[in-house]
Amino acid sequence: MQKLKTPDLQLLHDTNAPESINAQDHPFAVQGLTVAYHHKPVLWGVSYSAPKGCLTAIIGPNGAGKSTFLKAALGLIPKLSGETKVFGAPIKKALKNIAYVPQRSAVDWDFPATAIDVVLMGLYGQIGWFRWPSRKHRETALNCLKSVGMQDFANRQIGQLSGGQQQRVFLARALAQDAEMYLMDEPFAGVDAATEKAIVMVLRKLVADGKTVLVVHHDLETVRDYYSHILLLNGQHIADGPVETTFTSENLQKAYGGRLASTQLDGLSQASGA
Amino acid sequence: MDIFLQFDLPSILLGSLAALACGLLGNFLVLRKQALMGDAISHVVLPGIVLGFLFSHETGSWPMMIGAGAAAIFAVLLIELIRRVGNVEPGAAMGVVFTTMFAAGVVVLEQSGTAGVHLDVEHALYGNLESAIWLDAYTLSDLWNLEVLATLPESIKQLFVVNLLVIAFIMLFFKELKISSFDPLLSASLGFSPKWLGLSLIVMVAIAAVAAFSAVGSILVIAMFICPAATARLLTDNLKVQLFISGIASLSAGLFGYLLAAFGPGLLGYEISVSAAGMIAVVAGLQQVLAMLFAPQYGVVMRRRRQKVHANI
Repeated sequence: MQKLKTPDLQLLHDTNAPESINAQDHPFAVQGLTVAYHHKPVLWGVSYSAPKGCLTAIIGPNGAGKSTFLKAALGLIPKLSGETKVFGAPIKKALKNIAYVPQRSAVDWDFPATAIDVVLMGLYGQIGWFRWPSRKHRETALNCLKSVGMQDFANRQIGQLSGGQQQRVFLARALAQDAEMYLMDEPFAGVDAATEKAIVMVLRKLVADGKTVLVVHHDLETVRDYYSHILLLNGQHIADGPVETTFTSENLQKAYGGRLASTQLDGLSQASGA
Repeated sequence: MDIFLQFDLPSILLGSLAALACGLLGNFLVLRKQALMGDAISHVVLPGIVLGFLFSHETGSWPMMIGAGAAAIFAVLLIELIRRVGNVEPGAAMGVVFTTMFAAGVVVLEQSGTAGVHLDVEHALYGNLESAIWLDAYTLSDLWNLEVLATLPESIKQLFVVNLLVIAFIMLFFKELKISSFDPLLSASLGFSPKWLGLSLIVMVAIAAVAAFSAVGSILVIAMFICPAATARLLTDNLKVQLFISGIASLSAGLFGYLLAAFGPGLLGYEISVSAAGMIAVVAGLQQVLAMLFAPQYGVVMRRRRQKVHANI
Protein backbone atom coordinates (compact mmCIF):
# COMPACT_ATOMS: atom_id res chain seq x y z
CA MET A 1 0.00 0.00 0.00
CA GLN A 2 2.65 2.48 1.02
CA LYS A 3 4.62 1.92 -2.17
CA LEU A 4 1.58 2.49 -4.30
CA LYS A 5 0.62 5.69 -2.56
CA THR A 6 3.84 7.59 -3.05
CA PRO A 7 3.78 7.91 -6.84
CA ASP A 8 0.08 8.77 -6.68
CA LEU A 9 0.73 11.68 -4.37
CA GLN A 10 3.57 12.81 -6.57
CA LEU A 11 1.26 12.78 -9.56
CA LEU A 12 -1.36 14.81 -7.70
CA HIS A 13 1.20 17.33 -6.68
CA ASP A 14 2.48 17.76 -10.22
CA THR A 15 -0.93 18.27 -11.76
CA ASN A 16 -1.88 20.70 -9.03
CA ALA A 17 1.09 22.95 -9.50
CA PRO A 18 0.07 24.76 -12.69
CA GLU A 19 -3.57 24.88 -11.54
CA SER A 20 -2.77 26.81 -8.39
CA ILE A 21 -1.18 29.56 -10.47
CA ASN A 22 -4.25 29.77 -12.68
CA ALA A 23 -6.51 29.64 -9.64
CA GLN A 24 -6.05 33.39 -9.14
CA ASP A 25 -7.98 33.94 -12.36
CA HIS A 26 -10.95 31.85 -11.27
CA PRO A 27 -12.84 33.53 -8.42
CA PHE A 28 -15.80 31.17 -8.85
CA ALA A 29 -15.42 27.95 -10.82
CA VAL A 30 -18.24 25.40 -10.85
CA GLN A 31 -17.60 21.87 -12.10
CA GLY A 32 -20.32 19.40 -13.15
CA LEU A 33 -23.13 20.74 -10.97
CA THR A 34 -26.25 18.53 -10.94
CA VAL A 35 -29.27 19.27 -8.76
CA ALA A 36 -32.66 17.60 -8.42
CA TYR A 37 -35.80 18.54 -6.47
CA HIS A 38 -37.77 15.46 -5.45
CA HIS A 39 -36.19 13.27 -8.14
CA LYS A 40 -36.90 15.87 -10.82
CA PRO A 41 -33.62 17.16 -12.20
CA VAL A 42 -33.25 20.94 -12.32
CA LEU A 43 -29.63 21.30 -13.37
CA TRP A 44 -27.58 18.79 -15.36
CA GLY A 45 -23.81 18.86 -15.16
CA VAL A 46 -23.31 22.61 -15.35
CA SER A 47 -19.68 23.71 -15.53
CA TYR A 48 -18.84 27.38 -15.51
CA SER A 49 -16.14 29.77 -14.38
CA ALA A 50 -17.04 33.40 -13.74
CA PRO A 51 -14.70 35.81 -15.54
CA LYS A 52 -12.67 37.72 -12.97
CA GLY A 53 -13.49 41.40 -12.47
CA CYS A 54 -16.50 41.26 -14.77
CA LEU A 55 -20.20 41.94 -14.39
CA THR A 56 -22.02 38.83 -15.59
CA ALA A 57 -25.74 38.18 -15.98
CA ILE A 58 -27.18 34.71 -15.53
CA ILE A 59 -30.12 34.52 -17.91
CA GLY A 60 -32.54 31.84 -19.00
CA PRO A 61 -36.28 31.11 -19.02
CA ASN A 62 -38.38 30.57 -15.89
CA GLY A 63 -37.47 27.28 -14.24
CA ALA A 64 -34.08 27.22 -15.96
CA GLY A 65 -32.45 26.75 -12.54
CA LYS A 66 -30.76 30.16 -12.33
CA SER A 67 -31.37 30.67 -8.61
CA THR A 68 -30.80 26.99 -7.99
CA PHE A 69 -27.43 27.31 -9.72
CA LEU A 70 -26.30 30.02 -7.28
CA LYS A 71 -27.63 28.29 -4.18
CA ALA A 72 -26.30 24.86 -5.07
CA ALA A 73 -22.92 26.24 -6.17
CA LEU A 74 -22.68 27.96 -2.76
CA GLY A 75 -23.62 24.72 -1.01
CA LEU A 76 -26.77 26.26 0.49
CA ILE A 77 -28.99 23.51 -0.91
CA PRO A 78 -28.19 19.83 -1.47
CA LYS A 79 -26.79 18.76 -4.84
CA LEU A 80 -26.31 15.38 -6.50
CA SER A 81 -22.84 16.12 -7.80
CA GLY A 82 -20.46 18.89 -8.63
CA GLU A 83 -18.02 21.14 -6.81
CA THR A 84 -17.22 24.81 -6.58
CA LYS A 85 -13.77 26.31 -6.20
CA VAL A 86 -13.11 29.86 -5.13
CA PHE A 87 -9.64 30.91 -6.28
CA GLY A 88 -8.81 27.21 -6.34
CA ALA A 89 -9.97 26.57 -2.77
CA PRO A 90 -13.03 24.49 -1.91
CA ILE A 91 -16.10 26.70 -1.43
CA LYS A 92 -16.60 25.69 2.21
CA LYS A 93 -13.33 27.31 3.18
CA ALA A 94 -13.90 30.39 1.08
CA LEU A 95 -17.41 31.48 2.04
CA LYS A 96 -16.04 34.62 3.66
CA ASN A 97 -14.82 35.73 0.23
CA ILE A 98 -18.34 35.63 -1.11
CA ALA A 99 -21.28 37.94 -0.56
CA TYR A 100 -24.59 36.39 -1.51
CA VAL A 101 -27.70 38.53 -1.91
CA PRO A 102 -30.74 36.25 -1.72
CA GLN A 103 -34.15 37.01 -3.16
CA ARG A 104 -36.07 39.40 -1.00
CA SER A 105 -38.60 36.74 -0.05
CA ALA A 106 -35.86 34.70 1.64
CA VAL A 107 -36.21 36.46 4.99
CA ASP A 108 -38.95 37.58 7.37
CA TRP A 109 -39.23 41.36 7.06
CA ASP A 110 -41.32 41.56 10.25
CA PHE A 111 -38.16 40.78 12.23
CA PRO A 112 -37.45 43.38 14.92
CA ALA A 113 -34.47 44.94 13.17
CA THR A 114 -33.72 48.29 11.56
CA ALA A 115 -32.05 48.87 8.20
CA ILE A 116 -28.71 49.52 9.86
CA ASP A 117 -29.08 46.37 12.00
CA VAL A 118 -29.37 44.31 8.82
CA VAL A 119 -26.35 46.00 7.23
CA LEU A 120 -24.36 45.42 10.43
CA MET A 121 -25.03 41.70 10.02
CA GLY A 122 -22.79 41.82 6.95
CA LEU A 123 -19.98 42.81 9.32
CA TYR A 124 -20.58 40.02 11.86
CA GLY A 125 -17.97 37.86 10.13
CA GLN A 126 -15.31 40.51 10.76
CA ILE A 127 -16.52 41.21 14.27
CA GLY A 128 -16.25 37.53 15.22
CA TRP A 129 -17.85 35.41 17.95
CA PHE A 130 -19.15 36.95 21.20
CA ARG A 131 -18.06 40.53 20.43
CA TRP A 132 -20.60 43.31 20.00
CA PRO A 133 -20.46 45.75 17.07
CA SER A 134 -18.51 48.92 17.90
CA ARG A 135 -19.11 52.51 16.85
CA LYS A 136 -16.64 51.99 13.99
CA HIS A 137 -18.71 49.12 12.68
CA ARG A 138 -21.82 51.29 12.81
CA GLU A 139 -20.03 53.97 10.80
CA THR A 140 -19.01 51.42 8.18
CA ALA A 141 -22.58 50.18 8.00
CA LEU A 142 -23.90 53.71 7.62
CA ASN A 143 -21.44 54.35 4.78
CA CYS A 144 -22.72 51.24 3.02
CA LEU A 145 -26.28 52.52 3.40
CA LYS A 146 -25.11 55.85 1.96
CA SER A 147 -23.72 54.21 -1.14
CA VAL A 148 -27.17 52.82 -1.94
CA GLY A 149 -28.89 56.08 -1.02
CA MET A 150 -30.55 54.69 2.10
CA GLN A 151 -28.82 56.63 4.90
CA ASP A 152 -32.05 58.45 5.81
CA PHE A 153 -33.75 55.14 6.54
CA ALA A 154 -31.05 53.70 8.81
CA ASN A 155 -33.29 53.50 11.85
CA ARG A 156 -36.47 52.41 10.09
CA GLN A 157 -37.80 48.95 10.91
CA ILE A 158 -37.19 46.86 7.79
CA GLY A 159 -40.83 45.83 7.36
CA GLN A 160 -41.75 49.49 6.87
CA LEU A 161 -39.50 49.90 3.84
CA SER A 162 -40.72 49.52 0.27
CA GLY A 163 -39.64 46.51 -1.77
CA GLY A 164 -37.00 48.53 -3.59
CA GLN A 165 -35.67 49.95 -0.34
CA GLN A 166 -35.47 46.47 1.16
CA GLN A 167 -33.49 45.34 -1.86
CA ARG A 168 -31.09 48.25 -1.38
CA VAL A 169 -30.63 47.33 2.28
CA PHE A 170 -29.70 43.82 1.16
CA LEU A 171 -27.23 45.31 -1.29
CA ALA A 172 -25.73 47.53 1.41
CA ARG A 173 -25.31 44.46 3.59
CA ALA A 174 -23.43 42.71 0.79
CA LEU A 175 -21.20 45.77 0.41
CA ALA A 176 -20.46 45.65 4.14
CA GLN A 177 -19.22 42.09 3.71
CA ASP A 178 -16.42 43.51 1.54
CA ALA A 179 -16.08 40.26 -0.41
CA GLU A 180 -14.18 39.43 -3.59
CA MET A 181 -17.14 37.79 -5.26
CA TYR A 182 -20.75 39.00 -5.31
CA LEU A 183 -23.63 36.69 -6.15
CA MET A 184 -27.05 38.28 -6.47
CA ASP A 185 -30.38 36.56 -6.98
CA GLU A 186 -32.69 38.82 -9.00
CA PRO A 187 -31.86 42.13 -7.32
CA PHE A 188 -34.00 43.94 -9.91
CA ALA A 189 -37.16 41.93 -9.30
CA GLY A 190 -40.09 44.24 -8.57
CA VAL A 191 -38.06 47.35 -7.73
CA ASP A 192 -38.77 50.97 -8.63
CA ALA A 193 -36.76 52.93 -11.20
CA ALA A 194 -34.74 54.80 -8.56
CA THR A 195 -33.67 51.52 -6.97
CA GLU A 196 -32.79 49.99 -10.33
CA LYS A 197 -30.54 52.95 -11.05
CA ALA A 198 -28.93 52.78 -7.60
CA ILE A 199 -28.27 49.05 -7.97
CA VAL A 200 -26.69 49.45 -11.40
CA MET A 201 -24.40 52.16 -10.05
CA VAL A 202 -23.32 49.96 -7.18
CA LEU A 203 -22.70 46.99 -9.50
CA ARG A 204 -20.49 49.16 -11.74
CA LYS A 205 -18.61 50.49 -8.73
CA LEU A 206 -17.95 46.95 -7.53
CA VAL A 207 -16.54 45.91 -10.90
CA ALA A 208 -14.45 49.08 -11.07
CA ASP A 209 -12.97 48.03 -7.72
CA GLY A 210 -11.93 44.72 -9.25
CA LYS A 211 -14.69 42.59 -7.76
CA THR A 212 -16.38 39.79 -9.65
CA VAL A 213 -20.16 40.05 -9.84
CA LEU A 214 -22.67 37.42 -10.92
CA VAL A 215 -26.32 38.46 -11.15
CA VAL A 216 -29.44 36.42 -11.89
CA HIS A 217 -31.24 38.69 -14.35
CA HIS A 218 -34.71 38.50 -15.85
CA ASP A 219 -35.10 41.45 -18.17
CA LEU A 220 -33.49 40.63 -21.53
CA GLU A 221 -33.97 44.23 -22.72
CA THR A 222 -31.42 45.61 -20.27
CA VAL A 223 -28.77 42.89 -20.56
CA ARG A 224 -26.75 44.81 -23.12
CA ASP A 225 -26.81 48.03 -21.11
CA TYR A 226 -25.87 46.57 -17.75
CA TYR A 227 -23.54 43.64 -18.29
CA SER A 228 -20.32 42.78 -20.05
CA HIS A 229 -20.74 38.99 -19.88
CA ILE A 230 -23.56 36.49 -19.75
CA LEU A 231 -24.18 32.89 -18.72
CA LEU A 232 -27.13 31.29 -20.51
CA LEU A 233 -28.82 28.46 -18.65
CA ASN A 234 -31.72 26.20 -19.42
CA GLY A 235 -31.30 23.30 -17.05
CA GLN A 236 -28.00 22.86 -18.81
CA HIS A 237 -25.17 25.19 -19.66
CA ILE A 238 -26.12 26.74 -23.04
CA ALA A 239 -23.39 29.33 -23.54
CA ASP A 240 -21.23 31.85 -21.71
CA GLY A 241 -18.92 34.68 -22.71
CA PRO A 242 -18.89 38.38 -23.59
CA VAL A 243 -22.26 39.90 -24.43
CA GLU A 244 -21.22 40.86 -28.00
CA THR A 245 -20.39 37.31 -29.01
CA THR A 246 -22.72 35.31 -26.75
CA PHE A 247 -25.96 37.30 -26.57
CA THR A 248 -27.00 36.16 -30.03
CA SER A 249 -30.42 35.19 -31.34
CA GLU A 250 -29.05 31.73 -31.99
CA ASN A 251 -28.05 31.20 -28.33
CA LEU A 252 -31.21 32.82 -27.03
CA GLN A 253 -33.26 30.54 -29.26
CA LYS A 254 -31.41 27.57 -27.77
CA ALA A 255 -32.08 28.71 -24.20
CA TYR A 256 -35.64 29.97 -24.56
CA GLY A 257 -36.86 27.68 -27.34
CA GLY A 258 -40.24 28.77 -28.63
CA ARG A 259 -40.82 31.11 -25.71
CA LEU A 260 -39.34 34.09 -27.50
CA ALA A 261 -40.78 35.21 -30.84
CA SER A 262 -38.22 35.51 -33.61
CA THR A 263 -38.93 39.22 -34.01
CA GLN A 264 -38.17 39.69 -30.31
CA LEU A 265 -34.90 37.81 -30.72
CA ASP A 266 -33.86 39.95 -33.66
CA GLY A 267 -34.65 43.11 -31.74
CA LEU A 268 -32.55 42.02 -28.75
CA SER A 269 -29.51 40.90 -30.69
CA GLN A 270 -29.46 43.98 -32.92
CA ALA A 271 -29.71 46.45 -30.09
CA SER A 272 -25.92 46.33 -29.77
CA GLY A 273 -25.42 48.85 -32.56
CA ALA A 274 -27.33 51.57 -30.73
CA MET B 1 -45.19 39.90 57.65
CA ASP B 2 -43.63 36.57 58.52
CA ILE B 3 -46.44 34.69 56.84
CA PHE B 4 -45.86 36.70 53.68
CA LEU B 5 -42.10 36.00 53.84
CA GLN B 6 -42.53 32.33 54.68
CA PHE B 7 -45.29 31.37 52.28
CA ASP B 8 -46.05 34.04 49.72
CA LEU B 9 -42.62 35.38 48.85
CA PRO B 10 -41.08 31.98 47.97
CA SER B 11 -44.00 31.22 45.67
CA ILE B 12 -43.74 34.65 44.04
CA LEU B 13 -39.99 34.20 43.53
CA LEU B 14 -40.46 30.73 42.14
CA GLY B 15 -43.19 31.80 39.72
CA SER B 16 -41.45 34.97 38.59
CA LEU B 17 -38.05 33.37 38.10
CA ALA B 18 -39.58 30.46 36.18
CA ALA B 19 -41.45 32.94 34.00
CA LEU B 20 -38.30 35.02 33.43
CA ALA B 21 -36.10 32.13 32.28
CA CYS B 22 -38.73 30.92 29.82
CA GLY B 23 -39.87 34.38 28.76
CA LEU B 24 -36.41 35.57 27.74
CA LEU B 25 -35.62 32.49 25.66
CA GLY B 26 -39.11 32.60 24.20
CA ASN B 27 -38.13 35.70 22.21
CA PHE B 28 -35.84 33.66 20.01
CA LEU B 29 -38.30 30.78 19.71
CA VAL B 30 -41.00 33.18 18.51
CA LEU B 31 -38.62 34.91 16.08
CA ARG B 32 -37.57 31.56 14.64
CA LYS B 33 -41.23 30.58 14.25
CA GLN B 34 -40.49 27.72 16.64
CA ALA B 35 -42.85 28.79 19.39
CA LEU B 36 -44.28 25.30 19.65
CA MET B 37 -40.78 23.96 20.17
CA GLY B 38 -41.10 25.24 23.74
CA ASP B 39 -44.19 23.10 24.18
CA ALA B 40 -42.57 20.12 22.51
CA ILE B 41 -39.42 20.39 24.60
CA SER B 42 -41.29 20.80 27.87
CA HIS B 43 -43.00 17.46 27.17
CA VAL B 44 -40.00 15.74 25.70
CA VAL B 45 -37.85 16.36 28.76
CA LEU B 46 -40.13 14.29 31.01
CA PRO B 47 -38.36 10.94 30.40
CA GLY B 48 -35.04 12.73 30.97
CA ILE B 49 -36.30 14.20 34.23
CA VAL B 50 -37.60 10.85 35.45
CA LEU B 51 -34.35 9.06 34.62
CA GLY B 52 -32.40 11.87 36.26
CA PHE B 53 -34.60 11.51 39.34
CA LEU B 54 -34.15 7.73 39.46
CA PHE B 55 -30.43 8.34 39.33
CA SER B 56 -30.22 11.00 42.04
CA HIS B 57 -33.39 10.42 44.11
CA GLU B 58 -34.10 14.10 44.66
CA THR B 59 -36.31 16.56 42.85
CA GLY B 60 -35.01 19.81 41.43
CA SER B 61 -31.53 18.37 41.15
CA TRP B 62 -28.85 18.91 38.54
CA PRO B 63 -28.92 15.25 37.38
CA MET B 64 -32.55 15.88 36.40
CA MET B 65 -31.39 18.94 34.50
CA ILE B 66 -28.72 16.97 32.65
CA GLY B 67 -31.20 14.21 31.85
CA ALA B 68 -33.58 16.82 30.49
CA GLY B 69 -30.89 18.45 28.36
CA ALA B 70 -29.92 15.07 26.94
CA ALA B 71 -33.56 14.23 26.24
CA ALA B 72 -33.97 17.55 24.42
CA ILE B 73 -30.93 16.94 22.20
CA PHE B 74 -32.14 13.41 21.52
CA ALA B 75 -35.57 14.76 20.56
CA VAL B 76 -34.15 17.40 18.22
CA LEU B 77 -32.04 14.79 16.45
CA LEU B 78 -35.01 12.42 16.26
CA ILE B 79 -37.25 15.16 14.81
CA GLU B 80 -34.59 15.94 12.20
CA LEU B 81 -34.19 12.23 11.38
CA ILE B 82 -37.93 11.63 10.96
CA ARG B 83 -38.23 14.78 8.86
CA ARG B 84 -35.50 13.63 6.51
CA VAL B 85 -36.16 9.91 6.34
CA GLY B 86 -39.94 10.13 6.47
CA ASN B 87 -40.01 13.22 4.24
CA VAL B 88 -42.71 14.80 6.44
CA GLU B 89 -43.16 18.41 7.48
CA PRO B 90 -41.35 19.54 10.68
CA GLY B 91 -44.60 20.08 12.60
CA ALA B 92 -45.66 16.47 12.06
CA ALA B 93 -42.24 15.12 13.00
CA MET B 94 -42.32 17.26 16.15
CA GLY B 95 -45.79 15.97 17.03
CA VAL B 96 -44.74 12.34 16.69
CA VAL B 97 -41.59 12.77 18.76
CA PHE B 98 -42.98 14.82 21.60
CA THR B 99 -46.09 12.77 22.24
CA THR B 100 -44.11 9.53 22.12
CA MET B 101 -41.37 10.73 24.44
CA PHE B 102 -43.85 12.27 26.86
CA ALA B 103 -45.81 9.02 26.94
CA ALA B 104 -42.58 7.09 27.53
CA GLY B 105 -41.84 9.42 30.41
CA VAL B 106 -45.25 8.79 31.96
CA VAL B 107 -44.81 5.02 31.62
CA VAL B 108 -41.40 5.08 33.30
CA LEU B 109 -42.82 7.35 36.00
CA GLU B 110 -45.68 4.98 36.76
CA GLN B 111 -43.64 1.80 36.53
CA SER B 112 -40.62 2.89 38.53
CA GLY B 113 -42.60 3.57 41.69
CA THR B 114 -41.51 7.18 41.83
CA ALA B 115 -45.03 8.26 41.07
CA GLY B 116 -46.79 9.61 44.12
CA VAL B 117 -43.59 10.22 46.05
CA HIS B 118 -42.21 13.49 44.81
CA LEU B 119 -42.88 13.30 41.17
CA ASP B 120 -46.38 12.62 40.02
CA VAL B 121 -48.20 13.20 36.84
CA GLU B 122 -50.44 15.89 38.25
CA HIS B 123 -47.52 17.99 39.42
CA ALA B 124 -45.72 17.40 36.17
CA LEU B 125 -48.68 18.95 34.38
CA TYR B 126 -49.86 21.66 36.74
CA GLY B 127 -46.79 22.50 38.79
CA ASN B 128 -46.51 22.93 42.53
CA LEU B 129 -45.92 26.58 43.11
CA GLU B 130 -47.58 26.78 46.52
CA SER B 131 -45.31 24.12 48.01
CA ALA B 132 -42.37 26.52 48.21
CA ILE B 133 -41.85 27.70 51.79
CA TRP B 134 -39.08 29.56 53.55
CA LEU B 135 -39.51 28.84 57.25
CA ASP B 136 -36.34 30.61 58.40
CA ALA B 137 -37.53 34.04 57.34
CA TYR B 138 -39.20 36.20 59.99
CA THR B 139 -38.44 39.85 59.28
CA LEU B 140 -37.67 41.99 56.26
CA SER B 141 -34.02 42.22 57.30
CA ASP B 142 -33.75 38.51 56.59
CA LEU B 143 -33.92 39.41 52.90
CA TRP B 144 -30.33 40.60 52.98
CA ASN B 145 -29.07 38.21 55.63
CA LEU B 146 -26.92 35.76 53.72
CA GLU B 147 -27.28 33.03 56.34
CA VAL B 148 -31.06 33.13 56.13
CA LEU B 149 -30.98 33.53 52.34
CA ALA B 150 -29.01 30.28 52.19
CA THR B 151 -32.08 28.52 53.59
CA LEU B 152 -34.21 29.50 50.60
CA PRO B 153 -35.83 26.47 48.95
CA GLU B 154 -33.48 24.58 46.63
CA SER B 155 -35.79 25.10 43.66
CA ILE B 156 -35.54 28.90 43.97
CA LYS B 157 -31.78 28.82 44.19
CA GLN B 158 -31.68 26.57 41.16
CA LEU B 159 -33.95 28.86 39.16
CA PHE B 160 -31.78 31.79 40.13
CA VAL B 161 -28.72 30.02 38.71
CA VAL B 162 -30.68 29.02 35.58
CA ASN B 163 -31.68 32.65 35.05
CA LEU B 164 -28.07 33.73 35.31
CA LEU B 165 -27.21 31.05 32.74
CA VAL B 166 -29.97 32.19 30.40
CA ILE B 167 -28.97 35.85 30.65
CA ALA B 168 -25.30 35.01 30.11
CA PHE B 169 -26.22 32.84 27.11
CA ILE B 170 -28.25 35.62 25.50
CA MET B 171 -25.61 38.27 26.16
CA LEU B 172 -22.79 36.13 24.83
CA PHE B 173 -24.64 34.94 21.74
CA PHE B 174 -26.94 37.91 21.13
CA LYS B 175 -25.51 38.80 17.74
CA GLU B 176 -25.21 35.17 16.69
CA LEU B 177 -28.76 34.33 17.75
CA LYS B 178 -30.01 37.40 15.95
CA ILE B 179 -28.36 36.69 12.61
CA SER B 180 -29.13 32.98 12.65
CA SER B 181 -32.78 33.73 13.40
CA PHE B 182 -33.11 36.41 10.73
CA ASP B 183 -31.07 34.95 7.89
CA PRO B 184 -29.75 31.42 8.48
CA LEU B 185 -28.05 31.33 5.05
CA LEU B 186 -25.99 34.46 5.68
CA SER B 187 -25.30 33.24 9.18
CA ALA B 188 -23.92 29.97 7.81
CA SER B 189 -21.81 31.68 5.17
CA LEU B 190 -20.23 33.98 7.78
CA GLY B 191 -19.29 30.98 9.91
CA PHE B 192 -22.05 31.18 12.53
CA SER B 193 -23.59 27.74 12.14
CA PRO B 194 -27.37 28.11 12.49
CA LYS B 195 -27.56 24.39 13.24
CA TRP B 196 -25.32 24.59 16.31
CA LEU B 197 -26.82 27.85 17.50
CA GLY B 198 -30.30 26.38 17.10
CA LEU B 199 -29.29 23.30 19.04
CA SER B 200 -27.72 25.29 21.88
CA LEU B 201 -30.87 27.44 22.05
CA ILE B 202 -32.94 24.26 22.36
CA VAL B 203 -30.69 22.97 25.14
CA MET B 204 -31.12 26.24 27.02
CA VAL B 205 -34.87 25.98 26.44
CA ALA B 206 -34.79 22.47 27.89
CA ILE B 207 -32.88 23.66 30.96
CA ALA B 208 -35.31 26.54 31.50
CA ALA B 209 -38.27 24.23 30.90
CA VAL B 210 -37.08 21.78 33.54
CA ALA B 211 -36.33 24.48 36.06
CA ALA B 212 -39.74 26.04 35.47
CA PHE B 213 -41.43 22.66 35.31
CA SER B 214 -41.57 22.09 39.05
CA ALA B 215 -42.97 25.58 39.57
CA VAL B 216 -45.57 26.04 36.88
CA GLY B 217 -45.87 22.56 35.34
CA SER B 218 -45.18 21.53 31.81
CA ILE B 219 -48.49 22.67 30.32
CA LEU B 220 -48.04 26.22 31.55
CA VAL B 221 -44.40 26.43 30.54
CA ILE B 222 -45.57 26.98 26.98
CA ALA B 223 -47.48 30.10 28.00
CA MET B 224 -44.32 31.52 29.52
CA PHE B 225 -42.30 30.73 26.39
CA ILE B 226 -44.72 32.50 24.07
CA CYS B 227 -46.78 35.19 25.79
CA PRO B 228 -44.14 37.58 27.18
CA ALA B 229 -42.16 37.49 23.92
CA ALA B 230 -45.22 37.99 21.75
CA THR B 231 -46.40 40.82 24.01
CA ALA B 232 -43.01 42.53 23.85
CA ARG B 233 -42.83 42.16 20.07
CA LEU B 234 -45.99 44.26 19.75
CA LEU B 235 -44.46 47.06 21.80
CA THR B 236 -41.13 47.60 20.05
CA ASP B 237 -39.18 47.08 16.82
CA ASN B 238 -35.84 46.78 18.60
CA LEU B 239 -34.73 43.31 19.62
CA LYS B 240 -32.78 44.48 22.69
CA VAL B 241 -35.75 46.49 23.94
CA GLN B 242 -37.99 43.53 23.15
CA LEU B 243 -35.88 41.26 25.37
CA PHE B 244 -36.05 43.82 28.17
CA ILE B 245 -39.82 44.26 27.92
CA SER B 246 -40.39 40.50 27.77
CA GLY B 247 -38.35 40.19 30.98
CA ILE B 248 -40.52 42.74 32.75
CA ALA B 249 -43.68 41.11 31.41
CA SER B 250 -42.50 37.71 32.68
CA LEU B 251 -41.64 38.96 36.15
CA SER B 252 -44.87 40.89 36.51
CA ALA B 253 -46.93 37.93 35.29
CA GLY B 254 -45.27 35.86 38.04
CA LEU B 255 -45.91 38.50 40.68
CA PHE B 256 -49.47 39.53 39.82
CA GLY B 257 -50.46 36.01 38.84
CA TYR B 258 -49.60 34.77 42.30
CA LEU B 259 -51.14 37.75 44.14
CA LEU B 260 -54.39 37.40 42.19
CA ALA B 261 -54.50 33.67 42.84
CA ALA B 262 -53.76 33.99 46.55
CA PHE B 263 -55.79 37.07 47.43
CA GLY B 264 -58.15 37.65 44.51
CA PRO B 265 -60.82 35.13 45.55
CA GLY B 266 -60.63 36.44 49.14
CA LEU B 267 -61.38 39.96 47.94
CA LEU B 268 -64.43 38.62 46.19
CA GLY B 269 -65.58 36.98 49.39
CA TYR B 270 -64.56 33.39 48.63
CA GLU B 271 -62.72 31.34 51.22
CA ILE B 272 -60.54 29.51 48.71
CA SER B 273 -57.59 30.47 46.57
CA VAL B 274 -57.03 29.34 42.98
CA SER B 275 -54.05 27.70 41.26
CA ALA B 276 -51.24 30.23 41.14
CA ALA B 277 -49.60 28.57 38.13
CA GLY B 278 -52.84 28.84 36.21
CA MET B 279 -53.26 32.48 37.23
CA ILE B 280 -49.74 33.34 36.06
CA ALA B 281 -50.57 32.01 32.62
CA VAL B 282 -53.85 33.92 32.64
CA VAL B 283 -52.04 37.16 33.50
CA ALA B 284 -49.49 36.50 30.74
CA GLY B 285 -52.37 35.97 28.32
CA LEU B 286 -54.07 39.18 29.50
CA GLN B 287 -50.86 41.14 28.95
CA GLN B 288 -50.85 39.83 25.40
CA VAL B 289 -54.48 40.87 24.84
CA LEU B 290 -53.79 44.36 26.24
CA ALA B 291 -50.77 44.73 23.97
CA MET B 292 -52.80 43.60 20.96
CA LEU B 293 -55.41 46.23 21.75
CA PHE B 294 -53.34 49.18 22.92
CA ALA B 295 -49.78 48.85 21.56
CA PRO B 296 -48.71 52.25 20.16
CA GLN B 297 -47.74 50.98 16.72
CA TYR B 298 -49.37 47.60 16.23
CA GLY B 299 -52.35 47.81 18.58
CA VAL B 300 -55.85 47.56 17.15
CA VAL B 301 -56.97 50.85 18.71
CA MET B 302 -54.12 52.95 17.33
CA ARG B 303 -54.33 51.33 13.92
CA ARG B 304 -58.04 52.12 13.78
CA ARG B 305 -57.32 55.69 14.76
CA ARG B 306 -54.64 56.04 12.08
CA GLN B 307 -56.99 54.63 9.47
CA LYS B 308 -59.59 57.22 10.48
CA VAL B 309 -57.05 60.03 10.15
CA HIS B 310 -56.14 58.74 6.70
CA ALA B 311 -59.79 58.51 5.75
CA ASN B 312 -60.43 62.10 6.83
CA ILE B 313 -57.54 63.37 4.73
